[in-house]
Parts: sequence; C-alpha cells; structure tokens
Amino acid sequence: MSSVQIRDVRKSFGNFEVLHGVSIPIEDGQFVVLVGPSGCGKSTLLRMLAGLENITSGTISIGDRVVNNIQPKERDIAMVFQNYALYPHMTVGENMGFSLKLRNAGSDEINKRVKRAAEILALSPLLERYPRQLSGGQRQRVAMGRAIVRDPQVFLFDEPLSNLDAKLRVAMRTEIKELHQRLKTTTVYVTHDQIEAMTMADKIVVMHDGIVEQMGTPLELYDKPENQFVAGFIGSPAMNFLKGHVRVNGVATFEGPNGVKLPLLNAPAASDGRPVVYGVRPEHFTIADDGADAEIIVVEPTGSETQVFAKVGGEQVVAVFRERHQFNPGDKVKLKPDPSLVHLFDETTGKRM
Amino acid sequence: MAVMAEHGVAQVKRSSLWTRAFESRNFLGAMFMVPAIAILVLFLAYPLALGLWLGMTDTKIGGVGRFIGFGNFVSLAKDSVFWLSVFNTIFYTVAASIVKFAIGLYLALLLNERLPFKSIVRAIVLLPFVVPTVLSAIAFWWIYDSQFSIISWVLIKAGLITHYIDFLGDPWNARWSVVVANIWRGVPFVAITLLAGLQTISPSLYEAANLDGATNLQRFRHITLPMLSPIIAVVMTFSVLMTFTDFQLIYTITRGGPINATHLMATLSFQRAITGGNLGEGAAISNAMIPFLVAAILLSFFGLQRSRWQQGGRD
Repeated sequence: MSSVQIRDVRKSFGNFEVLHGVSIPIEDGQFVVLVGPSGCGKSTLLRMLAGLENITSGTISIGDRVVNNIQPKERDIAMVFQNYALYPHMTVGENMGFSLKLRNAGSDEINKRVKRAAEILALSPLLERYPRQLSGGQRQRVAMGRAIVRDPQVFLFDEPLSNLDAKLRVAMRTEIKELHQRLKTTTVYVTHDQIEAMTMADKIVVMHDGIVEQMGTPLELYDKPENQFVAGFIGSPAMNFLKGHVRVNGVATFEGPNGVKLPLLNAPAASDGRPVVYGVRPEHFTIADDGADAEIIVVEPTGSETQVFAKVGGEQVVAVFRERHQFNPGDKVKLKPDPSLVHLFDETTGKRM
Repeated sequence: MAVMAEHGVAQVKRSSLWTRAFESRNFLGAMFMVPAIAILVLFLAYPLALGLWLGMTDTKIGGVGRFIGFGNFVSLAKDSVFWLSVFNTIFYTVAASIVKFAIGLYLALLLNERLPFKSIVRAIVLLPFVVPTVLSAIAFWWIYDSQFSIISWVLIKAGLITHYIDFLGDPWNARWSVVVANIWRGVPFVAITLLAGLQTISPSLYEAANLDGATNLQRFRHITLPMLSPIIAVVMTFSVLMTFTDFQLIYTITRGGPINATHLMATLSFQRAITGGNLGEGAAISNAMIPFLVAAILLSFFGLQRSRWQQGGRD
C-alpha cells in the first residue's frame, strides 16, 4: 500500500493539451474516484499513472518514488481494464497467476496466491474455465482477481463496470467497495457515472476539460459544490438552475425569469441586482402555499419517489417527492425550495457565492 | 353440376401438390442448391474423378486407354525420376514454407508497428503477389542466367567471386534458386494475412501484459504467438498447399532441369502427360500428391481443433 501524489501534471497529444495541470493528493489506503464527462482526461490521467502514457510535464509519485520514467511493470500497480483484457488463451487460474509466472515465482507460491484470491472473489469453481466460458460479471471478477494476486501498491480501475448490465453493475459496485474495505489497498477508480463515484469513493475528484473542478468527500460535493459544473454533475436527477437577480428589500429574494420570486436565506453583501444562477436540487422542493406558481407537465412515478416536471416562470424544473401526490399534467401547484439548501452561483464565472 | 364439382376438386388437388412442393423446406432447399452443385460437379468433381480414373488407365493422347488398375503406380514405384521429384517437392515445400513463415511473420510484426509511410510500405510488400507469376519467373530466370545474372555481375564487380555462378546448371544451386524465387513470391501472402491477424489482437492485452511485468519477448511468446496460432495454422496450410502444387515458377525457370533436379511432382506430371503424351501415367503422378495434401490439411485441422479457448461462449 502506498500514497500517490499527482503534481501539476500536464499531457499534450501533439499541440493539443488535454490535461492542464492537475494536482491530486491520494492518501495511503484511500479509494479515490476520478469522475467526469467523456473527454475530460480522467482515463488519460489513469493511464499516465499506470505508465501506459507519457507524462508531458509535472510529476507522479507512488510512495516516495517519482515514477515518471519508470516502466509500468516496475511501478507495482495493477489495473482493471474496461474490457477486462483477460488473456483468452489462458484459463482463469492461468490469467490470475500470469504475473507471478513472469516473476518466476514457484508453482506452489502461484497456486497458493491464486487460490486465496479465488476464494475472496468466489471464483474457485471457475479456475479451469476459459474467459469465453464466463459471464460478464465473472470476467469482471477474474480481472480483479488478477489484480489482487499481485498484491500491488495501488489498484487502478478504468471504467470497470460500464460493460455490465444495470443490475450487475449495482451488485459489482458493492463487491468492489467491500473488497477495498477488506484489502485496504490504495485505489484509483475512473468512471463517468456519478452514482458509482458517490457510492464508492472516499474522495471524489470531479474533472472537466482537463482540469480538476473540485475534490472532496461525496457529501461535501453534494452539499457544497464549488461551481455550477460540479453542482450539475453530482446528484440525480440533476440540480435545477434558474437565471435571475438578487433583490435585497429587507429580506433577500431571488427574482427569476418572468418575475418569479424564490426565497433566499441570506444574500451576499452589496449584491442587490447582481445577476446570479439559482440552483436547487429536485429533492429540496416542497409543496407550500407561499411557493412559486408552477404548471405540471409530466409526472414520472418510480415507486419509491415521484419525479415531477413543471414550468416555473416559463423554465422547466424537476422536483422529486417521497410523498405520493396526486398530480396530473396541467395542474397548477405551488413549489417552494428549501431556502437553507439553495445554491447561488455567479452568472459569469459559475463560481459558488 | 357434379362434373363441375369434380373438376374443381381435381384442380385444387393439382395446384396444392405444386404449391406444397414449393412450401416444403426440403424441396426448396434442394432447388436452391442446384446451381451450386452443378458448378461444383462440372468444375471440381468431374475433373477430379476423371483424373482418378485416368491414373488407373494407360491412356495416351489420341488413344483410348484400358483400365490397368494400379499398374501406373507399380511402374512409378520403380521409377527413380518419380522418387527424385517426390524428394524435390518435399524439399521445395519444407524449405520455402519455413522461410516464408519466418520472413512473413517478421514483416507482419514490423508493419504492425508505427512506421513512417506505413501504407506505402504495405503496398510495396504486396507487389510480388500482384505481379503475374510467369512474369516474375522470367525476371528470376534472367537474375539466374549463367551469362547475364545481375547477382554474379555485382559480386564480381565487388571482387567477392571470380567466376559467374552457375545458378541453374548445378542441381543444388538450382534447387535453392527456385526455392528463393518461390519465397519471394509467397512472402506477401503470409505477411499480409498474419498482419491482419495481428491487428485483431486487442492492444489492451499488451497493456495488461506490460503491467503484469512481461518483457517484449515474453509478450510475443505469451500473447502474440498463442493469439495468432489459429491464423498461422490457416495461412501455413494454404502456403504449403500452394507450394506443394507449384508449377508455373519451375516450368518457366528450369523446366525441371538440370537432370531433373528441380522437377516437382506437378511439373513431372505435366511433362509425362502432355509433353510425353502418357495421360495415364501423368494422372497417376498427380494422384500421388493427394495423400501428401490430405496429410497437410489434416495436420492443420487438428492443429486448429486443439485451441479449446476459442470455443464456446461469446466474446
């Protein structure tokens, strides 16, 4: 196990810079999830950490050692690939023992370690099978087994669940998290799925266009997004944004599109008339008499909750209710955001106010 | 009234028989196979059967042969030229195939790397395959000529030898010369096919092996070679079959000479059957190739079968 330090790392492909100076400290034993939309550079960063891509500038260290010029095989890391990259001509057992075989470990040693990893992952009955004879979830576990057998300093996961169906993805999510709790190996996990990030991470790193937008625990990111991008990316359904102005006439309020008035707990000093973006999560709406006028467009019940799409001041917003309201399209209701849970962002910079 | 009804019933019955035939999967299937079977029978089965039959007769050009059973084979068994051609064919096939495989694999690995002008280099590699065989054979004939050979000329100018090399006059020189010509012609097929195979291997397997600690040589040994083995089996089977039955190169460059040193079974068969007029004997020589070819096919068939990891499940 080891800590990992990523310091001001940049990456260019030709003249095109895809990572613009990324710094991420990762503590020993931490489960860090890099999350962001496709093309944000998260996979490139992971591949640089693995040694599969060169580092244009900056340093990456694993433990106390700067690994910029160290070959992948010398870095003592194990990686789980999106397509698993299992060797199709080797059995499950051979796949898992391959790295040990290359290191000239004795066959007793290899058998012992493969057997132990197989027990951890419930793969023992499958050791003689070939990858083709396995289901997606089993292949996923073999890929993890291959990593576990090596007992590396760091585990790297590159979107490991994106080839699985939704139900299996949820199950494997728990399995990976449980595995990390058991082995406590430093883990860097890349995904574009913010739910995976929220459920698994000790620390989430939200990336966008080659920079780190925000780092923090899942709940920090949910409660205090530093900018509008993180606010919109974390949470499902996504946060509602309304453009408008702050009004301070005794009590602070937000004046949105078409004169809609929404409550504010307090306003930043001297902000009267300032253009802002008003952010409210769907789950922070209530039905209240002093709410804003809304016209219901679509109602989507999921059983545990009901998603309601409505028009407020001509803008579409989504609200989620745990209660079973009887709504029909066209109904007029009054929606009220919880003012203590409202987020305000600067309209030009997108930064949290 | 009754007559009309009877007539109607008959008509229904007849049309239903016709319709039923066309609704039957078996009948329709057979109908659809007729053109393919006709072509196969006409151009494959008939010549093969005719060849097998001729091999058991003493047919000469212009005459009607008698059935003589295995008479041709018995006389061939005592024929030293026939056995020399068997030896030549096996030598030619084994030597050329091994070198073709080695160079082809090397070229494929090279072309699979990031090279400058990759597509142009690939096109150049294909050239020997594109040139008509007889044309390239004539070029080699000139290269090996006892007076005008460019190889001899260069070596003499460089001061390495004092006399022109007798490429096609000496039995072993001639054997190696035609082997080289065959290699030159056959390498592109092996190289391009293996290259296609290499490109189907997922790069992430190499990355995974890299992280697992494999050196370049280990990656080749444990990833490339096993992943490529099915394609190697197919391409080498084809290569062996084509080399074993080669005719054009030999016939153009040496005509089987000197003193039958480069006669392959195919060229000997042609010489005896068409030039010599003994159709029966020539056919028998051709038929003697069949066991060798079947053995080569079986070898690769069982070689392919062994790769258990390719079967079952989905990708």
